[in-house]
Amino acid sequence: MSDELIWRIAGGSGDGIDSTSQNFAKALMRSGLDVFTHRHYPSRIRGGHTYVEIRAADREVQSRGDGYNCLLSLGDSFARNPQEEAYYGNEEIKPLSENLDELREGGVIVYDEGLISEEDVEAVNLHERAEENDWHVFPVDLRGLAKEHGREVMRNTAGVGVTAALLDMELEHIEDLMSDAMGGDILESNLEILHEAYEMTQEEYDFEHDLRVPEGSHETEQALLSGSNAIAYGAIDAGCRFIAGYPMTPWTDVFTILSQNFPDMGGVSEQVEDEIAAAALAVGASHAGVKAMSGSSGGGFALMSEPLGLAEMTETPLVLVESMRAGPSTGMPTKPEQADLEHVLYTSQGDSQRVVFAPGNIEEAYEQTRLAFEIAWDYQIPAIVIYDQKLSGENTNVDVEFFDREPQPDLGSTLTEEELREAAHDNSGKFKRFNHEDAENGVAPRSIPGQKGGRYLATGNEHSPVGHISEDPDNRVAQMERRLEKLESIRAELDEERDSTQTYFGPEDAEYGIITWGSSQGAVAEAIERLNAQGHSVKGISVSDMMPFAEKEVTEFLESVDEAMVVEMNATAQFRGLIQKELGRFGDKMTSLLKFNGNPFEPAEIVEGYEVNLADEDRQPTAQVRIEPAAGD
Amino acid sequence: MSAFNAIGEEREIDRDEYTPGVEPQPTWCPGCGDFGVLKSLKQALPEVGKTPEEVLTVTGIGCSGKLNSYLDTYGFHTIHGRSLPVARAAKLANPELEVIAAGGDGDGYGIGGNHFIHTARENHDITYIVFNNEIFGLTKGQTSPTSPKGHKSKTQPSGSAKTPLRPLSTSLNAGASYIARTAAVNPNQAKEIIKEAIEHDGFAHVDFLTQCPTWNKDARQYVPYIDVQESDDYDFDVHDRAEAAEMMRETEDVLNEGTVLTGRYYVEDDRPSYSQEKHAVGEMPDQPLAERYFDDDAEWERSYDLLDRHK
Ligand SMILES: Cc1ncc(C[n+]2csc(CCOP(=O)(O)OP(=O)(O)O)c2C)c(N)n1
Ligand code: SF4
Repeated sequence: MSDELIWRIAGGSGDGIDSTSQNFAKALMRSGLDVFTHRHYPSRIRGGHTYVEIRAADREVQSRGDGYNCLLSLGDSFARNPQEEAYYGNEEIKPLSENLDELREGGVIVYDEGLISEEDVEAVNLHERAEENDWHVFPVDLRGLAKEHGREVMRNTAGVGVTAALLDMELEHIEDLMSDAMGGDILESNLEILHEAYEMTQEEYDFEHDLRVPEGSHETEQALLSGSNAIAYGAIDAGCRFIAGYPMTPWTDVFTILSQNFPDMGGVSEQVEDEIAAAALAVGASHAGVKAMSGSSGGGFALMSEPLGLAEMTETPLVLVESMRAGPSTGMPTKPEQADLEHVLYTSQGDSQRVVFAPGNIEEAYEQTRLAFEIAWDYQIPAIVIYDQKLSGENTNVDVEFFDREPQPDLGSTLTEEELREAAHDNSGKFKRFNHEDAENGVAPRSIPGQKGGRYLATGNEHSPVGHISEDPDNRVAQMERRLEKLESIRAELDEERDSTQTYFGPEDAEYGIITWGSSQGAVAEAIERLNAQGHSVKGISVSDMMPFAEKEVTEFLESVDEAMVVEMNATAQFRGLIQKELGRFGDKMTSLLKFNGNPFEPAEIVEGYEVNLADEDRQPTAQVRIEPAAGD
Repeated sequence: MSAFNAIGEEREIDRDEYTPGVEPQPTWCPGCGDFGVLKSLKQALPEVGKTPEEVLTVTGIGCSGKLNSYLDTYGFHTIHGRSLPVARAAKLANPELEVIAAGGDGDGYGIGGNHFIHTARENHDITYIVFNNEIFGLTKGQTSPTSPKGHKSKTQPSGSAKTPLRPLSTSLNAGASYIARTAAVNPNQAKEIIKEAIEHDGFAHVDFLTQCPTWNKDARQYVPYIDVQESDDYDFDVHDRAEAAEMMRETEDVLNEGTVLTGRYYVEDDRPSYSQEKHAVGEMPDQPLAERYFDDDAEWERSYDLLDRHK
């Protein structure tokens, strides 16, 4: 029996690939397996080739893995004119042709014979290739089956029935999920199709392949969640009740989830005219006493540079999320990249500071969003959660109890009216909101408009303790130093008072280190596991604290290894650059493994990168991955 | 009881409460029209019963943006062109606050033009005062969106080739529900208009003509103005959109040629404000959002209540 199933459903956008795969993944999770989903889609609304991959095993799965072993190939709706039900143009049958390269030896193929003709199959040499790779091919008229019992669009259900039978998977969970999602005739027809497909497959085919659904069990209840869900729920639990945004993939997911949930919990969501406005609204709401956030992807975030600086100078707490996609400019809207790090760290004028967290998995996304709110409100500083299209869209199962946290609506360093009575005021009774005299950790507690005794002026200009515009040199230095002190205090808090936000992999005494950040974490973790299983001595650190930088932990890690490889999805080694800038050394210890073709790393690519680097060979691992040698190499 | 004791407080309010007791003194040039706006606000606010602590004035950048440095309410001096989005959100967060946004014509009609149109469209319940001096003051006299065609400045030395923006018509077309123009040289009218604007439930746009003796000596703001409500020559119904539009068109055609008309141009009393509209569709809470953070009994939702659909 196979130890993991990687099931891929391929077809055209609009073929119901998303909902079908979501249900299939949940069914696998309910049967006791750990799951990880990966979605590939082009930047268009209808048509175009798309697939979703679901990896399921009786152990933690942290990446999409390498290749896959079961293909359900629907007809590509892109190739057909929906009105005339006829092929148009000379589109290739992509659900087959685009997917064969990554199918593993011994894999299973189910394709829709009703839409993909024998000539099409010949055109991609399916039979020869199947022979070579020991693939087991099952042509089934999914379209016909669906039409017979319902409507043609239900061919995805027929496909699920066929693959479920081939994999020896029980239908119970799929049926439950279908009943939750639909009703009436539609449910009836779908169930009929599902059963018909299942039974027909059992009767008509010999299952000569080895691939079966693995067996597994969970000790606790699980939920299947994307990174965007985790960030949105992290914000809700952090007490965030105001969001303003402007749509831009992939940030739109977080924006949508919160917009859909806020009305039920008394929160306010605003879709506004542009990203400058979006972040400025978040600043306005926060100023008026509500935990607020905004966010965008690279191009939209560029517009937020101004309000970001305003929040810093006026010490208005603010959380922004930045969901990276491949750039520059509009780049590749639906493809992940980790190339906005420097943009997020340094955008906005002046000696401007913010806190930046880069979660690497679903739990971290939730946790660090909460943390971002806490730090932002305690220290009155903007905090940014940076993640990417990959983490945003991938679904993994998480222990439900993990989310069992108390909500945190606390407004941080904000005074009550009683406290304001005791606070320092100037001679005219104005509250010394930016008082640097007894500021602790650089933080001067604030008041909220409408509070008695709290009147002050917030301004993006340099200002005196009560907020009057001031260019007095002594005041400037005092205010600047107070603001700068915050980041050091935050660093101390993260180092000393909290559990590490960095994640470690592999044996502590390993000689070789892999350093990564953000969503590349899963693939690195898996590569490290494999390398150690092969007898190498490798460990890893996935860094989340970008600003203030995890100085202590990364230094310790780099000191403990002979050599290190920094893995990240960009072309200019931005994270390696950050390490060197922050630590001022280790330039000769770090090699970079870079990928920037729009697809995330797969574990095998990291394994190969390691091998090439270790062998000190003068070659690149693959055409899609680059090695940037260490300084002095 | 509100968590914000300053809100809704009823007492005699002295004009002087709005003047900072300690520095700063206004740094505006002698004779600047901005003094007029400051003065009318200081007169209007006590008359509408607003205490300094229940008012939030949000300004942009420019000479005009310094308004709240000299007006002692809660204040947020933001960045160039962005007063409106900040003000809008503060109002949504706490609808009980009296939110007044202000800025210059460069700030509000130029760099912030997009926000102006959308704030008017949505009819947020805030007052917006634009100090219209037809020039960039703070950056030393460049042509602004309301400078007349042919206006010469250091950056348009041959005279501007651009037709000036029509603030009133733009505002009307965008959807503002109260539109008036007043002038610093007429303090009595200005005070009355500002009072109305504050009391209006919806987006109240006041195009406030403010002379800039330093950079814009030719501007028409110095000439005697005619109050459209007082003059028999201009008989129209401020509640009638078409008539208002026609009046605005005429005014904006002649503004730079010698006649300056001021007064109320459009008043729409029955249009729901944005928060009312938002409330009607179920997207605004009944209680001010900001208050919940000070309410120990408030129930805060937990994310695990949302997890059912993910199981
Ligand atoms: C983003 C940005 N661009 C430019 C400036 C420079 N700037 C400051 S005030 C101003 C123009 C102000 O003109 P206006 O809004 O008409 O106000 P006034 O000074 O006339 O009252 C400009 C361009 C700035 N501060 N920020
Ligand atoms: S430059 Fe013009 S607008 Fe600015 S303060 Fe002087 S007179 Fe007033």
